[in-house]
Amino acid sequence: MSGYQGKKNIPRITSDRLLIKGAKIVNDDQSFMADIYMEDGVIKQIGDNLIVPGGVKIIEAHGRMVMPGGIDVHTRFQMPDRGMVAADDFYQGTRAALAGGTTMIIDHVVPEPGVSLVAAFKQWREWADSKSCCDYSLHVDITEWNKGTQEEMETLVKDHGVNSFLVYLAYKDVFQLSDCQIYEVFSVIRDLGAIAQVHAENGDIIAEEQRRILELGITGPEGHVLSRPEEVEAEAVNRSVTIANQTNCPLYITKVMSKSAADVIALARKRGAVVYGEPISASLGTDGTHYWSKNWAKAAAFVTSPPLSPDPTTPDYLNSLLSCGDLQVTGSAHCTFQTSQRAVGKDNFTLIPEGTNGTEERMSLIWDKCVVTGKMDENQFVSVTSTNAAKVFNLFPRKGRIAVGSDADLVLWDPDITKIISAKSHNLAVEYNIFEGTEVRGGPLVVISQGKIVLEEGSLHTTEGCGRYISRKPFPDHVYKRIKARSRLTELRGVPRGQYDGPVCEVTVTPKVISTVSSVKTSPAKQQQQQQFTPQPVRNLHQSGFSLSGAQIDDNVPRRTTQRIVAPPGGKANITSLG
Amino acid sequence: MSYQGKKNIPKITSDRLLIKGGRIVNDDQSFHADIYMEDGLIKQIGDNLIVPGGVKTIEANGKMVIPGGIDIHTHFQMPYRGTTTVDDFNQGSKAALAGGTTMIVDHVIPEPGTSLMEAYDQWRQWADEKTCCDYSLHVDITHWNDSVKQEVDNLVKEKGVNSFHVYMAYKDYYQMSNSELYEVFTFLAERGGIAQVHAENGEIIAEEQARMLQMGITGPEGHVLSRPEELEAEAVFRAITIASQTNCPLYVTRVMSKSAADIISQARKKGNVVFGEPITASLGTDGTHYWSKNWAKAASFVTSPPLSPDPTTPDYLNTLLSSGDLSVTGSAHCTFSVAQKAIGKDDFTQIPEGVNGVEERMALIWDKAVTTGKMDENMFVAVTSTNAAKILNLYPRKGRIAVGSDADLVIWDTDSIRTITAKTHNSAAEYNVFEGMELRGAPLVVICQGKIVLEDGNLHATSGVGRFIPCSPFPDFAYKRVKARKQLAVLRAVPRGMYDGPVSEFSMSRGGTPSASARTSPTKQPVRNLHQSGFSLAGNPAPCGPPTPDEVPIRPAGRRIVVPPGGRSNITSLS
Repeated sequence: MSGYQGKKNIPRITSDRLLIKGAKIVNDDQSFMADIYMEDGVIKQIGDNLIVPGGVKIIEAHGRMVMPGGIDVHTRFQMPDRGMVAADDFYQGTRAALAGGTTMIIDHVVPEPGVSLVAAFKQWREWADSKSCCDYSLHVDITEWNKGTQEEMETLVKDHGVNSFLVYLAYKDVFQLSDCQIYEVFSVIRDLGAIAQVHAENGDIIAEEQRRILELGITGPEGHVLSRPEEVEAEAVNRSVTIANQTNCPLYITKVMSKSAADVIALARKRGAVVYGEPISASLGTDGTHYWSKNWAKAAAFVTSPPLSPDPTTPDYLNSLLSCGDLQVTGSAHCTFQTSQRAVGKDNFTLIPEGTNGTEERMSLIWDKCVVTGKMDENQFVSVTSTNAAKVFNLFPRKGRIAVGSDADLVLWDPDITKIISAKSHNLAVEYNIFEGTEVRGGPLVVISQGKIVLEEGSLHTTEGCGRYISRKPFPDHVYKRIKARSRLTELRGVPRGQYDGPVCEVTVTPKVISTVSSVKTSPAKQQQQQQFTPQPVRNLHQSGFSLSGAQIDDNVPRRTTQRIVAPPGGKANITSLG
Repeated sequence: MSYQGKKNIPKITSDRLLIKGGRIVNDDQSFHADIYMEDGLIKQIGDNLIVPGGVKTIEANGKMVIPGGIDIHTHFQMPYRGTTTVDDFNQGSKAALAGGTTMIVDHVIPEPGTSLMEAYDQWRQWADEKTCCDYSLHVDITHWNDSVKQEVDNLVKEKGVNSFHVYMAYKDYYQMSNSELYEVFTFLAERGGIAQVHAENGEIIAEEQARMLQMGITGPEGHVLSRPEELEAEAVFRAITIASQTNCPLYVTRVMSKSAADIISQARKKGNVVFGEPITASLGTDGTHYWSKNWAKAASFVTSPPLSPDPTTPDYLNTLLSSGDLSVTGSAHCTFSVAQKAIGKDDFTQIPEGVNGVEERMALIWDKAVTTGKMDENMFVAVTSTNAAKILNLYPRKGRIAVGSDADLVIWDTDSIRTITAKTHNSAAEYNVFEGMELRGAPLVVICQGKIVLEDGNLHATSGVGRFIPCSPFPDFAYKRVKARKQLAVLRAVPRGMYDGPVSEFSMSRGGTPSASARTSPTKQPVRNLHQSGFSLAGNPAPCGPPTPDEVPIRPAGRRIVVPPGGRSNITSLS
């Protein structure tokens, strides 16, 4: 816990020393009254009657809640798209985040297929380092899969502090990976101790549906949601849960947009899968009825993937699941485009650049929808907006908690502020706000980032470029404790049998031409593998002339541990031929 | 009614049969009545029937008379790498009759790349020569292109096939991609066919198989370890999603695990038109035997999806079958000799797949589901016969005891107890996966095509008498709902003023960047590209609407979508 405290000995100006008096500290586990003293961007003391240096700036909390600053786990600031760039860059985006009480963001690096992951990562670092106003970290998206990719992933984990990678099940022929590739990516991710994130939608079906919808003459934004029904999202979630279970890899579903996708996640968790679901501001705060707006620009502003559900009861449902713990973390998937950029798809919905706003509204929205309505309490609010994210991505307790030694990223929260969200007053560069007109109760009064006050009395004092890149170590405990225990259990063993010495049917070995069921099973991938491996199976009784009746070297080994399988062997004795 | 063509041909007396004092059990009710049959058809049902003299009479003594079973899934005489399964159409249909099944539906499996029609003709020839009971055929679609499409069309229209089977497993061989499945399903939905799927995720299986072999696991236990039930459930889920997208009725063959069955029952609760087929093996035994130390025994259980190693699975599946969540039962009877199975003695992936079950199916379900009180005798008839007949569009010719129906009947003895063993079964296989199981309930008399084929324990089957029964498309049982939904699912565009604001420059090149060039998949050719036509649409209220925009309701009608349009008015640019 010391690397980030490196600045300790450098003399600091006084404004770096801050005392919050009379606060009700809200962590994810408890709330209590205490003062907080910060210095050099780190919380130094918590308690009553603290002894602090003179001349320290004091904030009187008057018993209001102070909570860990929000962590927005999913942003796409300054994202390039076909030569255009998302309207909110790292400066504008992080400013909006801070204005909403979020003091850290995790952005997605999206390498063009064919471009090196590390190069893309460096590019993003450069953009963010020069502009970001709050601490940030980066997820890296895997947009294609080959041998080099695996090495690059290792480099990113070991040298660059990345512990999460996103794969796409959608965007056919561009980002989409096949089930096989995903299986391999997940295996690599598990070995590296990272988190597998997925964009879960069935890209094959979407491509077919898009074609059909366009053929029907539907070209407006409503075609976007019609071609991506929520079933298609749920299907992909289910498939990725299956692959993650198979590979024993922790899974993180980004952008949970529909009831059915959330249900699949909840069900999988009940069955014991290590899976996390991330609803976003948009899915928690609004719905997809707006795609039918007669105002094209407005309808287009809601275009994102997976789309917002046209079922208006969805936000409430997702908020409930978030409150009961079936969904754990929240992001914004903030990725905004100007109307003129959206208009690239004015005659064809499939060309509309995708993404919605939400980084500024996230905290207030969740407070309003969940805490005010009594779905969750303030501690759980802290969990879903900050602590869980810090735990999943191995930032805890540096981030996501108010404790001595943690970063001084704090929010003084006012539960009584009411505010009407509007594009006129938001801190974003875009003309439309998808939450336009929504009245939310609860908002940040004071925001402290890196020990400095960035929001006070309604005015923002951000510094471009002061955001630090926070590197994240692999094998987060929150996720990997269970994975490790499971991988110890899932060792598989063959059954030691006497050699089969009965008759063997002759087969014609021209596999493809002759026939059915089983040459099937020899996929090319496997044929290679077989060539590599079958020659030396651990114990090939057939090749050694050695007879195995009697005691075996592995008799001491327990026969079947394995795989949640209830498996009493039905066999009787070591019969080697037909009795 | 071509099957009544034999009517005018003079018949020998043995074609006339009277069953007296039976209790007729249909899927909806049971009642006491006599049945008179002539020329393979049921002619009269009632009391005190007036029948010609000299008719052979069977005294049922109050025993149940049920419609003969329909085994909706068999693989008799299936070619496999130059050999064939040990039960051919003669042996297999004999075993079926011995168990009380009077009709089988076999799968035609064309080699990928070969003609469906030729394979169909081949199977017809084999079956016509040898079958002892009526039969019908499913055709497996093992590859997909325009000529296959044409053949499917012909099979539906001219050859009496209404069900087609696709594979989600067997990577690089039979397996179809999601896009292909989508196209097949779309096509079948148009033609009134039933889409059957072998549901397992072949991609992951391939990976897992490689991993198992790499670990040195080469025995039959590797088969089940590389095909965990999750992979079955995943594929079922995906198939249902695609079927629901394309509004095509779906039939999941071989439901082997609890989780797959759960997915099907959930989907049915959500309103999907989906049918699940557990097989004799999954209803009667489990996958613990894969760990048998007797290689030959372990190998005899190899089938895909594998039997679940969870020993509570059969009971669970019987319960779902009883509650109606699973609809029909087959046997997936596909037997290989031990010598054939031994092809894979050093590599489980080479073991030919398939288990027996055609003979045991009826008695097994009776024992597991009826004697235990899970279902009643009427439900038993539904899951062993009637539902299958409905799906195949053969109802009420098959699957019901009624005047005009085929005289395929079974007098069922609820008290007989017998022990299944390979020593006495009618299959040619050396192993029986139900070996040693004691079953209560068995056929006493089996009548097929109006002739007695099983009586006093003796089988009198005649090779080659089996007729091909053509199935017509659009079975009501599946398609009434599908048709109604089709009418609702019409999508409509929103009539909007044209967007006339600024438009950003962007590059369409792939190098340009991410998410959207993405979405321009090659398949997509927008039908009306307003951009390319020089035609100006300013002032036209509905640039993207369907041909008659004025009558078009603003809200899209269908698709379970609650869609109040959020828009206010026809603003065309930013206010």
